[in-house]
Amino acid sequence: MSDAHKREAEKITLAHGSGGRMMQRLIKEVFLEYFDSTELANLDDAAELIIDKSRLAFSTDTFVVKPIFFPGGDIGSLAVSGTVNDVLMKGGRPLYLSLALVIEEGFPMQDLTWILESIRATARRAEIDVVTGDTKVVGRGEADGIFINTTGVGVILPGVDVGGRNAKVGDAIIVSGDIGAHGIAVMAERNGLKLEGDIRSDAAPLNRAVLPLLERFGEAVHVMRDPTRGGVATALNEIAVSSAVGIVLDEAVIPVSEPVTAVCDILGLDPLYLPCEGRFLAFVDGPVADDVLSFLQDLEECSNASKIGEVKGSSSGEVQLNTVTGGKRLLDMPAGEMLPRIC
Amino acid sequence: MNQLQKLRDPKLLRSLADTVKSLKPSKQITLMEVCGTHTMAIHNAGLPGLLPPGLKLISGPGCPVCVTPSSYLDTAIAISKEHNVVLTTFGDMMRVPGRSGSLTDLRNEGHAVEVVYSSLGAAELALRQPEKEIVFLAVGFETTAPTVAATVKCAREKKVTNFSILAAHKLLIPALKALTNDPELRIDGFILPGHVSVVLGSEPYRFIAEEHQRACVITGFESADIMQGILMLVEQIEKRDYRVEIQYDRAVQPNGNPKARAYIDEVFAPEDTVWRGFGIIPQSGLVLRDEFAVFDALRRFPVTIQESPEPDGCRCGEVLRGLVEPSECSLFGSECVPESPVGPCMVSTEGSCAAFYKSSRRPTELRG
Amino acid sequence: MCLGIPMRVTKLLPPDKALVESGKVSMEVSLLLVDNVAVGDYVLVHAGFALEVMDVDAAEETLSLLNQLANVEE
Repeated sequence: MSDAHKREAEKITLAHGSGGRMMQRLIKEVFLEYFDSTELANLDDAAELIIDKSRLAFSTDTFVVKPIFFPGGDIGSLAVSGTVNDVLMKGGRPLYLSLALVIEEGFPMQDLTWILESIRATARRAEIDVVTGDTKVVGRGEADGIFINTTGVGVILPGVDVGGRNAKVGDAIIVSGDIGAHGIAVMAERNGLKLEGDIRSDAAPLNRAVLPLLERFGEAVHVMRDPTRGGVATALNEIAVSSAVGIVLDEAVIPVSEPVTAVCDILGLDPLYLPCEGRFLAFVDGPVADDVLSFLQDLEECSNASKIGEVKGSSSGEVQLNTVTGGKRLLDMPAGEMLPRIC
Repeated sequence: MNQLQKLRDPKLLRSLADTVKSLKPSKQITLMEVCGTHTMAIHNAGLPGLLPPGLKLISGPGCPVCVTPSSYLDTAIAISKEHNVVLTTFGDMMRVPGRSGSLTDLRNEGHAVEVVYSSLGAAELALRQPEKEIVFLAVGFETTAPTVAATVKCAREKKVTNFSILAAHKLLIPALKALTNDPELRIDGFILPGHVSVVLGSEPYRFIAEEHQRACVITGFESADIMQGILMLVEQIEKRDYRVEIQYDRAVQPNGNPKARAYIDEVFAPEDTVWRGFGIIPQSGLVLRDEFAVFDALRRFPVTIQESPEPDGCRCGEVLRGLVEPSECSLFGSECVPESPVGPCMVSTEGSCAAFYKSSRRPTELRG
Repeated sequence: MCLGIPMRVTKLLPPDKALVESGKVSMEVSLLLVDNVAVGDYVLVHAGFALEVMDVDAAEETLSLLNQLANVEE
């Protein structure tokens, strides 16, 4: 049986969408075969386009999050900040957004207007305009409420060249704030675990942090990535492989809020694998790391920014964690979705 | 507990690690951590790399996922397919492979499988959706068994008629007896499971120290607890003073939790049961008592499944007994890897083989 | 075996539940397996149940002993 036939014999499963190894394989072994673009093959958060000498960043994302409403956000705010952030991660100033909705028959109008209000508010915060859109309604049971796709375009800042392949030995790795809040907010809602307290998603557009950062430090920033599905560990693994470098992290300085720590303790989760929707990782020139850190920490939304690691020349493709106890462990890609456990 | 934060203080942990590193045992010492949660905590802290020469840690049979035979999974899957029930389970079980796939595969095929944090969550689901049949996969040792027993009693009091459990709880002491009776076993001391001991207390382990002359320390799960436990064990061994000590005394009383044990006794009865890799251990499993038969999913949803022998070449049984290293299994790292595991020791992130896989690919010193 | 986390009792919910808290996160647990729980107590929480009331003095002693152990080696 040829490879193509073997593939047709398999089925797409939920694991293919969960952001881990199976999704990677689907993209690299199946999708990439059909398209020639080298830009696509970079598999960055956004594509760099050159149109009449203008460098643009172009990104698309589809949002199927359940539950639709969660503490700190909803599918609407996520749909805007998700794509805006992908454009930002490529060094682009986000300008325009398209908005496509697939709505299930029976979806309450009240919920729809709520979501639209959320989209409007987030777009305002991101300083972008929604300029074109599409709406489809499908039969009951065919869309699980609502699915949203957004596509964004922005102009890449002059002198900025960021991409997953650009990490350099000696780079410092900075995270813009505490991790795992979005993952916890969604997991808590999903598992019917009635948690109260400070559990809110961190979902937010990052323009007010990333643009000033790039304007000030431009060329010293080599990679940016927002650690969404699969969390910080997955994002760093991807970059380590793309750039063919090794990464070492210091567990003691990875910022995790008290509520996230508490929920991780209760459910047996590792915050390094939980998605963030309002945080970014930046790989910057070693010598400017301290300046970058101070700069970020002065911004209200990045007050917990921390230098969590650095890039080494050997052990290419591997991410090592130096533990709080003084030991070492390898941070691998996750096998699948993160599940609460009792053991 | 603010105390929890203090226990996790990096300076404290590094100093303790230095203390462990500078141990100089007078002979080779091998310690076994019995419990899967300990295995996970030890590997997450990177402790194996911090042990001094002469001190070795191996993993024992305290992983309920690892020791559940695949026939249990196959039964659950058969019940789901033949009787249109909602399976509810702890997350730990989702990726375990049965003969006909895992629970994750079952869900991907469109069958109803829900992950719950507590058996109470499963019972509440049954209350909220009386038109559906809810089956809860009851796995775990004595830490979890009382919680399920309490849930079953509650369900009876509330006259819930659409809730049942597929019982697979196991008892640790019979397994420890089988382990320590094995003449091939070369273990000098045991890191005993802190939370099972919250229920059992310290008395039931005395035979290990008194009859078998091995060190025992009931240990908590923070890195600091584990390191203290190791220090206490080495001291016992060096002094040849074998006892059952409680390191985790903020949670473990010598008498354990009699109320929790009473719940187990009221709802369950011990039975002979199969442990993967050990075969049948007498009186080591729990089955629902007749008064609670209506909550037994096996009786409610009869299915026939084929006995599934372990995959060819899988040496999980010997790994679980501490007789071989995972790397000595011919399937390890080739046919059997975390993304496509053969035996449960690789499935569970706490399993001996999965943990070994991750740390045997331990990073070499990175040069800048 | 098994995940268990100490959490502080903030409110009793008769007949057999309580609200517990850690790190600014609260949840309900069942008290069926323990006796004589009071607000302010710390309980060990596993799979939605309190398994034991924790001994705060013993916890302090453990911390103190560990700190001594650590200092001895410096």
